[in-house]
Amino acid sequence: MSSPLASKIQNNPKYHHLVQQRDALAWSLSAIVCVIYFGFILMIAFTPGFLTQPISSTSVIPVGMLIGVGVIVASCLLTAVYVSRANGTFDPLTQEIIEEASK
Amino acid sequence: MKTIKSAVSALLAVSALLASPWTLAADVIAAAPAAAAAEQPLNWHAISMFIVFVAITLVITYWAAKRTKTATDFYAAGRGITGLQNGLAIAGDYMSAASFLGIAALVYFNGFFGLIFSVGWLVGWPIILFLIAERLRNLGKFTYADVASFRLRQGPVRTMAAIGSLIVVIWYLIGQAVGAGQLLHTLVPQISYRESIVIVGGLIIIYVTFGGMKATTWVQIIKAGLLLGGATLIALGVMAHEGFSFEKLFSDAVAAHPKHMEIMKSVVRIGSQSNPIESISLGLTLMFGTAGLPHILMRFFTVTDAKAARKSVLYGTCFIGYFYILTFIIGFGAIVLVANNPQYVVDVTKNVLNLKGGGSMPAVYLAHAIGGDLFLGFIAAVAFATILAVVSGLTLAGASALSHDIYANVIMKGKSTEAQEVWVSKLCVIGLGILAILLGIAFEKQNVAYIVALTFSIAACANFPILVLSVFWRGLTTRGAVLGGYTGIFGSIGLLLIGPTVWTKVLGMGPAIFPYDFPTFVVLPAVLIVSYVASVTDHSESAKQERAMFDAQKVRSETGLGAEAAASH
Repeated sequence: MSSPLASKIQNNPKYHHLVQQRDALAWSLSAIVCVIYFGFILMIAFTPGFLTQPISSTSVIPVGMLIGVGVIVASCLLTAVYVSRANGTFDPLTQEIIEEASK
Repeated sequence: MKTIKSAVSALLAVSALLASPWTLAADVIAAAPAAAAAEQPLNWHAISMFIVFVAITLVITYWAAKRTKTATDFYAAGRGITGLQNGLAIAGDYMSAASFLGIAALVYFNGFFGLIFSVGWLVGWPIILFLIAERLRNLGKFTYADVASFRLRQGPVRTMAAIGSLIVVIWYLIGQAVGAGQLLHTLVPQISYRESIVIVGGLIIIYVTFGGMKATTWVQIIKAGLLLGGATLIALGVMAHEGFSFEKLFSDAVAAHPKHMEIMKSVVRIGSQSNPIESISLGLTLMFGTAGLPHILMRFFTVTDAKAARKSVLYGTCFIGYFYILTFIIGFGAIVLVANNPQYVVDVTKNVLNLKGGGSMPAVYLAHAIGGDLFLGFIAAVAFATILAVVSGLTLAGASALSHDIYANVIMKGKSTEAQEVWVSKLCVIGLGILAILLGIAFEKQNVAYIVALTFSIAACANFPILVLSVFWRGLTTRGAVLGGYTGIFGSIGLLLIGPTVWTKVLGMGPAIFPYDFPTFVVLPAVLIVSYVASVTDHSESAKQERAMFDAQKVRSETGLGAEAAASH
């Protein structure tokens, strides 16, 4: 099912630019999420003492709790980064590519 | 005092709790006397709010039924759901009664233990957004098998994908049905366990057969709103009581809890074996399992376009993250306000934590401590609504795998009409609803601790990798997808069967042959290797065509050109 429209798009350098840029962003953000999360897991496995110590001498709140909440917040922020990039850059570029192909 | 003594039972308790809050009760606190429940007066607040909720959802179902004409309406709500609506529905699918009552209960008994699970379930969402959401919307029609089999042979790939979906859906349903029966029975002791399950099964059959995805989505949205609102109110009540100081909340909890400072240190306890391999395997299972759950993936076909799919993940992730933070506040609030309180505790002189009505009650009693009978009734109704909504979504996902993948595309080879397909789908909904009732009754007394590991392992090892390979890797052929997919399904089942949970605990066969609770760290690489080797050694003519079709698929997945449009009405 190789429509003429699809092959036109494939010959448009902008399309390859879009794919390259989006893949680069998607995979590097995925890698960041994995590093953060598996970093947290490995800290639990290898340095539990660090995570259980209180954040200050007067506090009962452990460091690990702040890091855990930090991972949750970081996940939300990273999705926001992707969405704003996609809305701001990828969508207009995709629109351009489709319009150029349908000419 | 009976609390989790070994880390092994801790992990099992977590697994059990996700499947069913009441199994946790049995595992963790060795069952509070059930007699306490029988003496309770009829809980009128809860019952009237159940009835109000059910009435509202039936009105929605009637409204949705009048607007459900085509297959796209039935499976995908006419693709008219907005990003915000789908974000709420996604959060609704994910915030089950088990996570609401269960995480709060875990915190109540053990402190910060379990944080790793909440975090693990959340980090799957960014991965879904970055790699899957938009491409799924651009390529698929009704099921994720549409995407996996886009350029591959329909019969074998869809059969594999449907088997994976159905195993996940049916086991997930069992967990939800058992949880529903126990929840309703505990909240309203006059309704028996079996009656509770029949009520739940009957209602979801009505919602889904008449209202399809439209009714399911709106039930989910309303429930998500109620749950987020209710949890926010409880958390605000807790924080108001503690002068809006986290420091005071936590130090009061440390003072009130019999384990004192240990509850702040349990943040590092993870599983049966706190070794890096088990931890990483658990992490992989939670993260990629989320990204392979059929009822979650199906939600991306309901939105108008790829942009809405993308936004819905952002909203969903934020709602779920916010909700998890609330459940921790609720758990600690329960330590302060519910433990030691003779009104809720069976016998304060013996065990200050052991609650009347069982181990999942901390959040419910906390609502009572903050807002009295009326608020307790509201929270109980929300928990019930939550189960109904999650079960509806699961049933629809299972029915679509049977009707759209197996019936329409494998058996009829795409020659059936839409009307026939929807008709078959409705029959499947009724069948799955009845199956859920029967299995829920059959599994009442069973140990269902392995359900989370089973469903998430298959989702992480079969559904997720085949989907990603099919979308991103030109080289994948039908042979690679099918062999890889079955490796994921049967590898997960096999290793779970001989693992510590099933082999030792459920079957009582002695020490486990495979020593890990979560097999993903073995099975996922095996799936990738099998898919790779089976694909690159495939020199058939059809394999060549499949690789050649990758470029056209890529154009559609990247630009949305040719994607299924939203229904006009």
